[in-house]
Amino acid sequence: MNDLATYNFAYLDEQTKRMIRRAILKAVAIPGYQVPFASREMPMPYGWGTGGVQVTASILGPNDVLKVIDQGADDTTNAVSIRAFFQKVADVAVTTKTKDATIIQTRHRIPEETLKEGQTLVYQVPIPEPLRFLEPRETETRKMHALEEYGLMHVKLYEDIARNGHIATTYAYPVKVEGRYVMDPSPTPKFDNPKMHMSEALQLFGAGREKRIYAVPPYTEVVSLDFEDHPFEIQQFDKPCALCGAENVYLDEVVLDDKGGRMFVCSDTDHCEDRRAHGHAGQMLARPTQESQEAAE
Amino acid sequence: MYVAVKGGEAAIANAHRLLADRRRGDRSLPSITIEQVVEQLGLAVDRVMAEASLYDPALAALAVRQARGDMIEAIFILRAYRTTLPRFGYSEPVDTATMKVERRVSATYKDLPGGQLLGPTFDYTHRLLDPSLIADEAVAEPAAKEPGEHVMRVSDILDGEGLIEGDGRMPEGHVMGDLTREPMEFPMARDLRLQALARGDEGFLLALAYSTQRGYGRTHPFVGEVRIGEVEVELDLPELGFAVSLGLIRVTECQMVNQFKGSAKQPPQFTRGYGLVFGQSERKAMSMSLVDRALRTDEFSEDIVAPAQDQEFVISHADNVQATGFVEHLKLPHYVDFQAELDLVRRMRREYEAARAGGEDGMKEAAE
Repeated sequence: MNDLATYNFAYLDEQTKRMIRRAILKAVAIPGYQVPFASREMPMPYGWGTGGVQVTASILGPNDVLKVIDQGADDTTNAVSIRAFFQKVADVAVTTKTKDATIIQTRHRIPEETLKEGQTLVYQVPIPEPLRFLEPRETETRKMHALEEYGLMHVKLYEDIARNGHIATTYAYPVKVEGRYVMDPSPTPKFDNPKMHMSEALQLFGAGREKRIYAVPPYTEVVSLDFEDHPFEIQQFDKPCALCGAENVYLDEVVLDDKGGRMFVCSDTDHCEDRRAHGHAGQMLARPTQESQEAAE
Repeated sequence: MYVAVKGGEAAIANAHRLLADRRRGDRSLPSITIEQVVEQLGLAVDRVMAEASLYDPALAALAVRQARGDMIEAIFILRAYRTTLPRFGYSEPVDTATMKVERRVSATYKDLPGGQLLGPTFDYTHRLLDPSLIADEAVAEPAAKEPGEHVMRVSDILDGEGLIEGDGRMPEGHVMGDLTREPMEFPMARDLRLQALARGDEGFLLALAYSTQRGYGRTHPFVGEVRIGEVEVELDLPELGFAVSLGLIRVTECQMVNQFKGSAKQPPQFTRGYGLVFGQSERKAMSMSLVDRALRTDEFSEDIVAPAQDQEFVISHADNVQATGFVEHLKLPHYVDFQAELDLVRRMRREYEAARAGGEDGMKEAAE
């Protein structure tokens, strides 16, 4: 049993990688279309990024520089775990800097810094089917995509407006890709949707448990669904980041005490750190205590 | 003051250290050996092998120990190992008619060729806690130790009379699928469905099987036969031109015999539900055969009226490794999405309060 654990570069065997690469190529050729693939059992649980991990493992080469984020941050536990996995099984260079990375695996966010040509953003996707909560059957939803029958989705969005006065979808907001397929952008906040449009980077989506891969090639139209009289709009925050003073970025709400104290800070930790390193300071950063500095180190 | 949530790496390492400590438990007690797990917790090992789809008692025992006895965790560990193994080929179908049976019971015939053989069963034990196990008293040798009888299958008896449908056959030219190598698609053929059920969660299949008995997709079942024993696994080697034996595996097979009134296309006859599981697991094999029969609605022009008959529902949710991963992923951070929802609920709440205040003013004005 001692010779048990020997694994290939990036964990997956080459046959599996080839199968996944073929699925990726097909996905790139048909933007927004969900390509079934023979997802493997990975050594981390389904629902924890196995789709993204398989896509990353299949496209990763020894010279790549990998960044892994979860909720926009490099230091959340699952991001740490996935990054450590690739360091272990692929001995690959890792970074937290968006601009240095060739491959960025993400869960729930798109980095604030605009991605460039040559970069690949790999999304972890829990439920790839945008129509799933309107129609639970895969046999039906595949038919609806084939016939471009998206009326149900528009009715859902319309009902939101009729009931609430606005569309009540805040994340995993459906988009139409290159005028054809309605696609789930994964549970990123709708704040990030515009970043997908005509992005220079290749965007790959992996859903391990649901066994689907889809893609948005560089320079592809990605349009969030809306109505003429109710145009799509993104979240607005009242205050800038309390640490770096950034505006027009997505913020996390941090609870400070049990008396209703709150602060809002960048969800993208690399963006925030980079701004601070360049001398930007938010309201709360101006007076850091000795204690918090130590804790942050 | 804001304290950045740093130190994920150290926290994870410390958590795993604590886990290893809890797994080992009191150091003054000897640790359990893999051999002990294989020998004394054999049914746990069997379940892990069955639902991990990997027949290797030692590795399954290691997984059970590593998982601190958590079955689904152990299944997960063994599956993640299995998936990395190269595929040499596909074995020939095992011939359960040649099984060396150590247990074989039929509920449809009082006596039959080969007889009823109870074997190592919990049936008819009185479920009283046994203090003799605490004292580790000596255990008597069994009356008959070696299994070894070949006995005819009950389904073959019925088959001789033409009263039961034939053994399951796929259409001409059908290439056998492999659930672990190809993406799932619905509708799914019976070969793939049986693969999914064989590695499906015992508890989930048990509950579904139970639901068919209580009227949610009733199939009028009888246990034609349950048999447990060793069968030979053979692999056809093209270089040699004949099949070679890879060894023996213990399996549990259940052939459920179900009443069928006939349809426009078929005469009245008995139909079958089939269950085959690694190791000794009657509960699983029986549940599997009930669910298999329930899922065969299209073959018998039956209406789908119950969950157990709905293949997309059953197959999509039978896998406990997938299910546990997705249920438990909810504990991962979701604060980006939650922030978006928080923002929306606050906004809607403001609108609600404003509308209500407006409404109250309106009421006052009307009252004045």
